[in-house]
Amino acid sequence: MSAVALQMVCVAGLLGLAALAIVLSRSKISTPVIYGATLAVSTIALAGALRSLLGGAADATTLTLPVGLPWLGAHFRLDALASFFLIVINLGGASASLYGLGYGHHDPAPHRVLPFFPAFLAGMNLVVLADDAFSYLLCWEFMSLASWALVMAHHREPGNAKAGYVYLVMASFGTLALLLAFGLLAGPAGDYGFAAIRAAQHTPYAATLVLILMLLGAGSKAGLVPLHVWLPLAHPAAPSHVSALMSGVMTKVAIYGFIRVMFDLLGQPTWPASVVVLFLGSITAVMGILYAMMEKDLKRLLAYSTIENIGIVFVSLGLAMAFQANGLKMPAALAFTAALFHALNHSFFKSLLFFGAGAVLTATGERDMDKLGGLIHRMPFTSFVVLVGCVAISALPPFNGFVSEWLIFQAVLQSPELPQWALKIMVPAVGAMLALAAALAAACFVKTYGVTFLGRPRGTAAEAAGEVDRFSLATMFILAALCLLAGILPGLAIDALAPVATQILGSRMPAQTGQPWLSIVPIAEGRSSYNGLLVMMFITAAASLAVYVIHRFASHALRRGPAWGCGFSDATPAAQYSAVSFAQPIRRVFGTLVFHARDHVTMPPPGDLRPARLRIELHDLVWSGMYAPIADAVGFLSTRLNRLQFLTIRRYLSLVFATLVTLLLVLAIWS
Amino acid sequence: MVVISDIIVQGVQMLLVLLLAPLLTGYVRKIKARLVRRQGASVFQPYRDLLRLLRKEVVLADNASWLFRVTPYITFAAIWVAAALVPTFATGLLFNWTADLIAIVALLGSARFFLALAGMDVGTSFGGIGSSREVMIAALAEPAMLLIVFCLALVAGSTQLSTVSHFLASSYVGLRVSLGMALVALFMVAIAENARIPVDNPATHLELTMVHEAMILEYSGRHLAMIELGAFLKLLLYVSLIACVFLPWQIALYGSGALSYTIGAAAYIVKLALAGFLLALFETATAKMRVFRVPQFLGAALMLGLLGTLLLFVSRSF
Repeated sequence: MSAVALQMVCVAGLLGLAALAIVLSRSKISTPVIYGATLAVSTIALAGALRSLLGGAADATTLTLPVGLPWLGAHFRLDALASFFLIVINLGGASASLYGLGYGHHDPAPHRVLPFFPAFLAGMNLVVLADDAFSYLLCWEFMSLASWALVMAHHREPGNAKAGYVYLVMASFGTLALLLAFGLLAGPAGDYGFAAIRAAQHTPYAATLVLILMLLGAGSKAGLVPLHVWLPLAHPAAPSHVSALMSGVMTKVAIYGFIRVMFDLLGQPTWPASVVVLFLGSITAVMGILYAMMEKDLKRLLAYSTIENIGIVFVSLGLAMAFQANGLKMPAALAFTAALFHALNHSFFKSLLFFGAGAVLTATGERDMDKLGGLIHRMPFTSFVVLVGCVAISALPPFNGFVSEWLIFQAVLQSPELPQWALKIMVPAVGAMLALAAALAAACFVKTYGVTFLGRPRGTAAEAAGEVDRFSLATMFILAALCLLAGILPGLAIDALAPVATQILGSRMPAQTGQPWLSIVPIAEGRSSYNGLLVMMFITAAASLAVYVIHRFASHALRRGPAWGCGFSDATPAAQYSAVSFAQPIRRVFGTLVFHARDHVTMPPPGDLRPARLRIELHDLVWSGMYAPIADAVGFLSTRLNRLQFLTIRRYLSLVFATLVTLLLVLAIWS
Repeated sequence: MVVISDIIVQGVQMLLVLLLAPLLTGYVRKIKARLVRRQGASVFQPYRDLLRLLRKEVVLADNASWLFRVTPYITFAAIWVAAALVPTFATGLLFNWTADLIAIVALLGSARFFLALAGMDVGTSFGGIGSSREVMIAALAEPAMLLIVFCLALVAGSTQLSTVSHFLASSYVGLRVSLGMALVALFMVAIAENARIPVDNPATHLELTMVHEAMILEYSGRHLAMIELGAFLKLLLYVSLIACVFLPWQIALYGSGALSYTIGAAAYIVKLALAGFLLALFETATAKMRVFRVPQFLGAALMLGLLGTLLLFVSRSF
């Protein structure tokens, strides 16, 4: 069986499972059966994709099914790029299924989730496999609808209906943009096959339009600012393992779409296009993490942090476009590999963090961080793996997030080789924006972890929490191990990504496995190198030495006592720093500009026993500046057009007649 | 043979930074005291403080978790590894290629991440105020630091510190406006990162003025000793960084003889003394600024870094 056929069989298996879930519907065994079978199928698909990426995926395999448009059929193809994204999808799918084996038992209405879960996975797999525009759009829409159904799984909870509505509107808008983009790509001849699109010549005018449409279509699915508004609504609304899939995996499918069209189908990228992508990417990275910093709902915070990471990936892709447009092969391969590596890393730690948020939700029923705290004592294993995830996402060595960001910075440092002045000046500034985003991410995850897991419990729910089930813990430990492995052995991952860069750009990063001690060298050793394994070993050795010396020579005495309260004893847990107060310095520095943030303190006069009140005013400028006017305009127009509903039959007929005459006139003048 | 000498140089460097770090802090304190006409404690006082802390018992808050107890060691180890990767008296360190300047900055970031978490662990407002201010300052200092790294990397064509130092020690470089700007920016970042006046005051325990001290308020005994030693090391690291990049004179180049290593070590001590004196002078002459003036201070560092980087594009000779 060819590689692509194996993948299609897996997809068929997932669709079959969706049907089986409807049949089993309300029976007790449905949860373990469906998640277990999805786990098995995803693992097979993952193994197949890994084999085709590592075992010379340069030769793509294709498959044509006699379904779809009658004269077209449905084309599917597995090449290196598709293999990489299949790995991301099926790894995410397998881990979410494993997690679901435990987490699914807490679901009050499993029949609302079970059928759509494998269907959603199948949809994502199909998008990546599609090899003609028609199948691509069909699968894209299928993926969107399946995920919409999962967002609406708990449709009676407050806010979820709105989340589903906004998601549906944005997804339809994105599909429309993609439809127009593929229409332009197919050209007047109208051949929808990707092979024909790739072979055709595209005018610069059409290429520009395609860029804009792809930024709208794929960008709205990935969460580029200002098209990100649906993410923080929809991702938290879904059950936690689905949130992990939507945030960690579905955004990657959107990135796949962008890469496929901009790098593969459209041919050589142009440098002005890269300016647009760099600009949007860096804005997205900084805005996303600032939103996250202001947030106190655990899952919404994670969704905003996804927006930041998407921005980082887009910056890296923009760099790759800039270098590729100028024929700088090595830096282009470096930036492109960094983008893919960061996408992979993000799928690891974002899934891990969403699973952690799910564990907290199971244990306490709370998503509001300001009601949590002290969970490190009650959920020791969960808090340990979530700490790993927080360190990894904050881009700190020796974990994986640092390696991909380090590679992006190395690509930024190649900017003097670019001939265009605009790019030369822009790229260092973008680098500074990335550094700002990385530092803010560290601040944000100190806040997330510190408020949720450390300190004293702020409520009864957090006080009574207990550890979660073994399936959930196993999943989180596997992902945490992957975060560490990708961080200390990045050379292996970079070499595995080489076929993708070769296929898309025609160049690759230098082979890393031959380097002594498995260090990574993007360009040349004299310029820069990094060795995660040795950094890890050094830190471990230095820490062990310190522990040994201290415990050998220093005093062992230890006394437990109350914390220092400045003379006040037993302050209430509410006196701790909360998510809102932790963000205050950053809100004051950045928020006044970006969110028009204001803190209003109402202080009663002396002698008055009322408590002082703090009110925080935040404005989402994207929402009020862009979406609210559009919504108002739609509302205004629909009210006006409403009158047309109540005309007499005579007026309807004259309306039709007038329209007909006008159209004929237009036609006459046109020709 | 070469490997053995490499190991010796690396080992000497690691021990040297560890032994010199408290001395540098003691020296700066002594100079500051003398500048305001006080006698001041001995320059060896920090060593005595460390020994005294090591002998004391640890008083741990009831609520402290394991994270609180392992953080001092993690923080110390991360800073020590970072300090070991900055050339002090000799370039061409054995594990020079393990991490470059960006990774060193990130290692310091790891140390701060855990320290800020530990500040939140006990669940008092002091820890929270310290942590939240510390991460705010870090969020501003890190982009500035990275632009300085860009500036240096563009001049020297590398982010490996030994290569940068080697290049700047050679005679091709000369005076450049960009490097001057980077030096000023690096000085400002170093002040902020080390919690020195005017950004933070390490000598006070008044809640309105303190940032770093508030974060570690709950630490005592051997834990506090590790954190203090880490802070001393960090100051030494930044001074060494400035010295090896901007004042690389007499630094022993890779593979040179024992004599040049000795000269390099002597020159390094002189550089430390000079930098410590300037730091004390600067701290005595300025007052601590309000917390919300810090963004302007670090914004200036960011702008200097960006300007320095952009000037490099305008003309190769700047």
